[in-house]
Amino acid sequence: MSQVRVLVGTRKGAFILTSDGKRQNWNVSGPHFAGWEMYHLKGSPANPNRIFASQCSGWFGQIIQRSDDGGKTWTQPGTPPGEQTAPGGQPKGESNKFVYDTSATGKPLTTHMWYDGTQHPWEFKRVWHLEPSPTDPDTVYAGVEDAGLFRSTDGGQNWQELAGLRGHGTGPRWQPGAGGMCLHTIILDPKDPGRIYIAISAAGAFRTDDGGKTWRPINKGLHSQYIPDPNAEVGHCVHHVAMNPSRPGVLFMQKHWDVMRSDNAGDSWNEVSGNLPTDFGFVIDVHAHEPETIYVVPIKSDGEHFPLEGKLRVYRSKTGGNEWEALTKGLPQSNCYVNVLRDAMAVDTLDKCGVYFGTTGGQVYASADAGDNWNPIVSHLPAVLSVEVQTLA
Amino acid sequence: MIRVVLPGHLRTLARAGSEVQLDIVGPVTQRSVLDALEAQYPMLRGTIRDHVTHERRPFLRFFACSEDYSLEPPDAPLPDAIASGKEPLLIIGAIAGG
Repeated sequence: MSQVRVLVGTRKGAFILTSDGKRQNWNVSGPHFAGWEMYHLKGSPANPNRIFASQCSGWFGQIIQRSDDGGKTWTQPGTPPGEQTAPGGQPKGESNKFVYDTSATGKPLTTHMWYDGTQHPWEFKRVWHLEPSPTDPDTVYAGVEDAGLFRSTDGGQNWQELAGLRGHGTGPRWQPGAGGMCLHTIILDPKDPGRIYIAISAAGAFRTDDGGKTWRPINKGLHSQYIPDPNAEVGHCVHHVAMNPSRPGVLFMQKHWDVMRSDNAGDSWNEVSGNLPTDFGFVIDVHAHEPETIYVVPIKSDGEHFPLEGKLRVYRSKTGGNEWEALTKGLPQSNCYVNVLRDAMAVDTLDKCGVYFGTTGGQVYASADAGDNWNPIVSHLPAVLSVEVQTLA
Repeated sequence: MIRVVLPGHLRTLARAGSEVQLDIVGPVTQRSVLDALEAQYPMLRGTIRDHVTHERRPFLRFFACSEDYSLEPPDAPLPDAIASGKEPLLIIGAIAGG
């Protein structure tokens, strides 16, 4: 029978929630790495028991953890437990090392724009998102703050920057959003190994078609009234981008304001906010089997990061946008003032499709029927930063 | 034998007790203590000082014999009581945050 494993990153540790295919009774494991910020955990599609995790702290910096047994035990890649010496050969303690390196581009390290419009050097702060390869369990990508993309091809032991992204020319116009200048979205095209989409707050979306060597902005059609040129090539605060793997050229975006759609791999975008009560928000995701069914959680505004009227409502469109319906059954409909952060929604691949999201109030909600009905899996975790789901055979 | 007391989260990370002991050949300085600590516990690389610049992370301080040595040059000798193992070097995280 199928199983579902939900990986939850929170401000104070990671939690792993498991259930059978009915998705009614859940076992909660954790906190793993108690007290640490767990920005993101994600399993390898090529080896589901391999899970990568980003563990970080304002005091102690960035740690990469890896489990090879589905989250029961963890090690830092290349640094096995109990091995306390660093003999020659395999480097130790390198898995936490993210060093910007643009030497491959032949260009010097660039600067980005600071909040006040001056130029500011890149400074590594944390890993926001880990994206394992769909085919190779040893290959994983990391999106970091300040915005950059790194790749490991040895299971997370060593990381190299894909410097063509920062080196392609628009970097000096990238600017941090309120949450920092983070590369938060990485989408690997399942049909074209050379094609990768990424998104940065506040720079926009970018695409490579050659495996990360060269990049170009894909922000045509985005309109952001809060920047000097609302139609600029870069500078847009993209919050999240989602794709159904069966249709990799169709992308859906939750921007700071506006829900957007592209039918040509990001070459151009159209707004599909339609009848949403507010089109500000952070998460967006796509049904596993119905590529025109998408989900968002509208948030009141950029100044008030909570649901309208204190009612937590997921909105679903079965038409790829524009026409939205509120999903409320099982969700609090009064006095609810939580937020749902950009990496905190995911879907499973069971039939019916399961949809999951976590809140800054520490609840993780699940729907086993594509959003019609919701239940909290767990209700009192620390603020949820990320939610990912693994569907296990 | 040099004694070092780690903050709680780094003890967990290193899977070590409240105090670790290090053998150091030559002068006992911040740099030589941290080099030995990272050699014995490589998972701590980058958590106390930057991976590349080796600068102390901003929210950490080094105390020895009730004095703050954080701003001393990394190659300055630490007190004799640290070098002899009579007193531990304390690595302390800022008391801040939630």
